[in-house]
Amino acid sequence: MLDAILQSHYIQSLPSLMVGLGMTLFITIIGLILGFVLGAFAGLGRLSKNKWINGICSVYVEVVRGTPILAQVLFIYMVVSEQYLGFNIDKVIAAILAITINAGAYIAEIVRGAVHSIDKGQHEAGRTIGLTQNQTMRYIIWPQAIKRMIPPLGNQFIISLKDTSLFSVIAVGELLYMGRQYYNVTFAYFETLLMVCLLYLAITIPTSLILRRIERKLDV
Amino acid sequence: MSNMITVHDLRKSFGSLEVLKGIDAEVKESEVVCVIGPSGSGKSTFLRCLNLLEEITSGSVEIDGEQLTDPSTDINKLRTKVGMVFQHFNLFPHMTVLDNITLGPIKVKELTKEEAEKEALPLLDKVGLSDKADVYPESLSGGQKQRVAIARALAMNPAVMLFDEPTSALDPELVGDVLEVMKSLAKEGMTMVVVTHEMGFAKEVGDRVIFMDEGVIMEEGNPIQLFDNPQNPRTQSFLSKIL
Repeated sequence: MLDAILQSHYIQSLPSLMVGLGMTLFITIIGLILGFVLGAFAGLGRLSKNKWINGICSVYVEVVRGTPILAQVLFIYMVVSEQYLGFNIDKVIAAILAITINAGAYIAEIVRGAVHSIDKGQHEAGRTIGLTQNQTMRYIIWPQAIKRMIPPLGNQFIISLKDTSLFSVIAVGELLYMGRQYYNVTFAYFETLLMVCLLYLAITIPTSLILRRIERKLDV
Repeated sequence: MSNMITVHDLRKSFGSLEVLKGIDAEVKESEVVCVIGPSGSGKSTFLRCLNLLEEITSGSVEIDGEQLTDPSTDINKLRTKVGMVFQHFNLFPHMTVLDNITLGPIKVKELTKEEAEKEALPLLDKVGLSDKADVYPESLSGGQKQRVAIARALAMNPAVMLFDEPTSALDPELVGDVLEVMKSLAKEGMTMVVVTHEMGFAKEVGDRVIFMDEGVIMEEGNPIQLFDNPQNPRTQSFLSKIL
């Protein structure tokens, strides 16, 4: 009995699926960290009164949100290449860049929304005690806004994690790609895809639960 | 006594809507001026122009000898001279009461934390909240929040205090404590401009009352004269509605 389970495709596929899951997490986490930096700048840029900064940031957000991530990653991978630029880009780097640029646009909206949601009186109170614009952002607005960003950022983590499955088109060794490799050889479609989905859920469900708890605690 | 605030032909428009239509006013040192008027009369906008929370469309405002609109004026520095108390308190919810009060002195006047706290504690005592130094604003009543807001403004050692309807958001039974604090400030010689609906306060504490309507000063004078014997028909009709 035990032997039958151990010999099944559910278990046999696991070693390579775990490698894929590692790659999925690596791309998601690095991409989101860089995406947060990009998104924070773009989000604050969209709140800027400077027309140029505001315009550039708005174009970035609208273009990224208006096109599919699959097209975006192909664009990065195919265009940054021997044919056009004289050098190739590593496919994992292309995948991380795609998450960074894509999530960055959504995070920009999260940052903008959170900063915008802080009562205008907070800003005025800061300025009336003589703080500069930058000090007011740093000591008053930003600490309050960060709290409100946590739930939507967690949500973005789940979305970006699932988006990485699209990178199997450029043969990045993420979870779904590793699953496809396995069933191409064994024809065990059901067992493999079930395991792939369970592994995604093993990350996304706990993340949701933790988020819900943080949300309740922050009361936002 | 010299003028603390001199306002000349102050105009303010929001888009095509002119809210202030040429205000001339003076506030002397240690004077308490109460601004009354119906809502939409421009009294809050007038007050907010005195520390440039609203950009001035035209005209001039001079505070303690400095022109607000002069490009060479350091507006951040000038704002430290002009304390402001808001209708909705605007305390910083992520900081304790003490941190609310010491933030300005530490970041703007560059005091050390110890120096700032040493100055803050007597201020908390003055507003009757020395036991609340370490709590967060959310656990305070409206009246307590407003008194913390007053202490926060005082921590910058302002030359003038502006009050924008400081008791309008409070439950009636909490109004008294805030007015008491303001009264004691007036007694100490603080120059104050108070936009208020508290006619009792205006009468008792105000040296002068300004009645505004439709973006202009309709009438001004000492409180007893203005309340008991208003000259302008607008003032008469406003006072008859609220007294």
